Amino acid sequence: MTDLTDLTRLSASALADALARREVSSVEVTSACLDRIAAVDGDVHAFLHVASESALETARGVDARRARGEALPTLAGVPIAVKDVMTTRGMPTTCGSKILQGWVPPYDSTVVAKIKAAGMPILGKTNMDEFAMGSSTEHSAYGPTRNPWDLGRIPGGSGGGSAAAVAAYEAPLATGTDTGGSIRQPASVTGTVGTKPTYGGVSRYGLVALASSLDQAGPVARTVLDTALLHEVMAGYDPMDSTSINAPVPGVVEAARRGDVSRLRIGVVKELGGEGYQAGVRTRFEEAVQLLVDAGATVVEVSCPSFVYALAAYYLILPSEASSNLAKFDAMRYGLRVTPDGDPSAEQVMAATRDAGFGPEVKRRIILGTYALSSGYYDAYYGSAQKVRRLIADDFARAFTTADVLVSPTAPTTAFAFGDKIDDPLAMYLNDVATIPANLAGLPGMSLPSGLADEDGLPTGIQVLAPAMADDRLYSVGAALERALEARWGGPLLHRAPELTTSRKEA
Amino acid sequence: MSALSRDDVAHLAMLARIDLSDAELDRMLGELGVILESVALVQQAPIAAVEPMSHPLPLVNVSRPDVVRPSLTPTDALSGAPEVELQRFSVPRILDEE
Repeated sequence: MTDLTDLTRLSASALADALARREVSSVEVTSACLDRIAAVDGDVHAFLHVASESALETARGVDARRARGEALPTLAGVPIAVKDVMTTRGMPTTCGSKILQGWVPPYDSTVVAKIKAAGMPILGKTNMDEFAMGSSTEHSAYGPTRNPWDLGRIPGGSGGGSAAAVAAYEAPLATGTDTGGSIRQPASVTGTVGTKPTYGGVSRYGLVALASSLDQAGPVARTVLDTALLHEVMAGYDPMDSTSINAPVPGVVEAARRGDVSRLRIGVVKELGGEGYQAGVRTRFEEAVQLLVDAGATVVEVSCPSFVYALAAYYLILPSEASSNLAKFDAMRYGLRVTPDGDPSAEQVMAATRDAGFGPEVKRRIILGTYALSSGYYDAYYGSAQKVRRLIADDFARAFTTADVLVSPTAPTTAFAFGDKIDDPLAMYLNDVATIPANLAGLPGMSLPSGLADEDGLPTGIQVLAPAMADDRLYSVGAALERALEARWGGPLLHRAPELTTSRKEA
Repeated sequence: MSALSRDDVAHLAMLARIDLSDAELDRMLGELGVILESVALVQQAPIAAVEPMSHPLPLVNVSRPDVVRPSLTPTDALSGAPEVELQRFSVPRILDEE
């Protein structure tokens, strides 16, 4: 029997088991999540849209099918929150931008179609930095999401809404997208788990593109096994995405269940740590590595000298691709249209709309990308960045000859206070210094909690990286480490998070 | 690399079709200068004999059989349009007066 006193606290895996045993219905689980959202989301603001009606309708459908004895997918009936960058037919999709306020897409992204096919009720859409540009959700046009550990601090970004939703027990699972760390960095600062799969492992069809050669969707959850279960639902070949990998999904669930690191060679990346990393982040990281050694792994130090150029290369490649991808917001076919006085031309309408509809960070990156791609500067900026990208991929390839996985702290610091970095774009960009290299090379990465920093009592994260299509190794390491850490902590890290004030009585 | 001038930023904004206000232009000028100085670091990497990498995977063209398959209905395709006329997207004039 599962302890069913508070359904919102259960893992997705435990919920799936309880649902399969008919100890609980999907309507009960979904209602519990919706009640929790009603109770705490006024403070947390993880959601931009809550889809109570359609979530309960899905839940009722799953319960009816189960009652008829139908064989159902593992996560059928387990609710999920979807990042607002994924199109959802009949449900608003804004990407945290005013330019898409009220837009209701006429089609589902492949990830959402897979979630629906898995029978998972969609609770709503989660907040994010506008078009996924940011590391704090402060760039959302609809106001920031607050970190459940400390409501005065950022939940990370761009997927701060998804990370906060699972950390605040509003949803057991959520989706994310990671272009430079937008799944992993929020996981790190909220004490949750998130994976960026191998580039091409999850379809990008229906994901509003930021930087097409870097974007990758992935799972967000509270435990390593839950993350693997959702990874399996989201991943797989899709003919609608020309960069989708036509190969079987790596055995992530099996790896998460085993959590075996014996004889695994773990490479500590020399360049991702040390100076610039908060003391508590470093201490918890070093302890985590020792726990992996205790569990049977061996540790080697690896050097990736080109990583020092990664941030610079990323902030040329990303804006370049973004400036092109965001050209589609032209006020003609969907989204906002602002018409200046007089008889303006299409071009004037476009320029007025884009000025009114885009926030400052989006404008900054579009103009930076326009510059990096302009004739005369292309070779010096975009061209050089693409060559650095090759050096970084080569560094990884070399590192993986001596190590099976690489590890580093996920983010240099714990969650910072609102306003701390909003006026300093470069300081904000530094949050992703450890996560960006994997996006440039297309490799899979996971962040999971490593503890709380002594100096501020806030969550710290450890990042695991693996070769392309070896996503299963992330889960072997993640599960082994989670087991060892929880034995030390006497339970999940999130049990130490402060209780949120509820604005009304929970069901 | 010479620093960006205010006119440069105004030109880039025009190319990007963003009608920046004067205050936005001033702010953007300072910020872009700082960012560009920082990202110029890529030019100091040992990249002389390096092949550029545009994508993590080798890209191949994909095609599908040339058969009709379901697609958006006109109603769906026009559902988000700011303005619709005769089952078409209605747009402002595209030519100048002269």
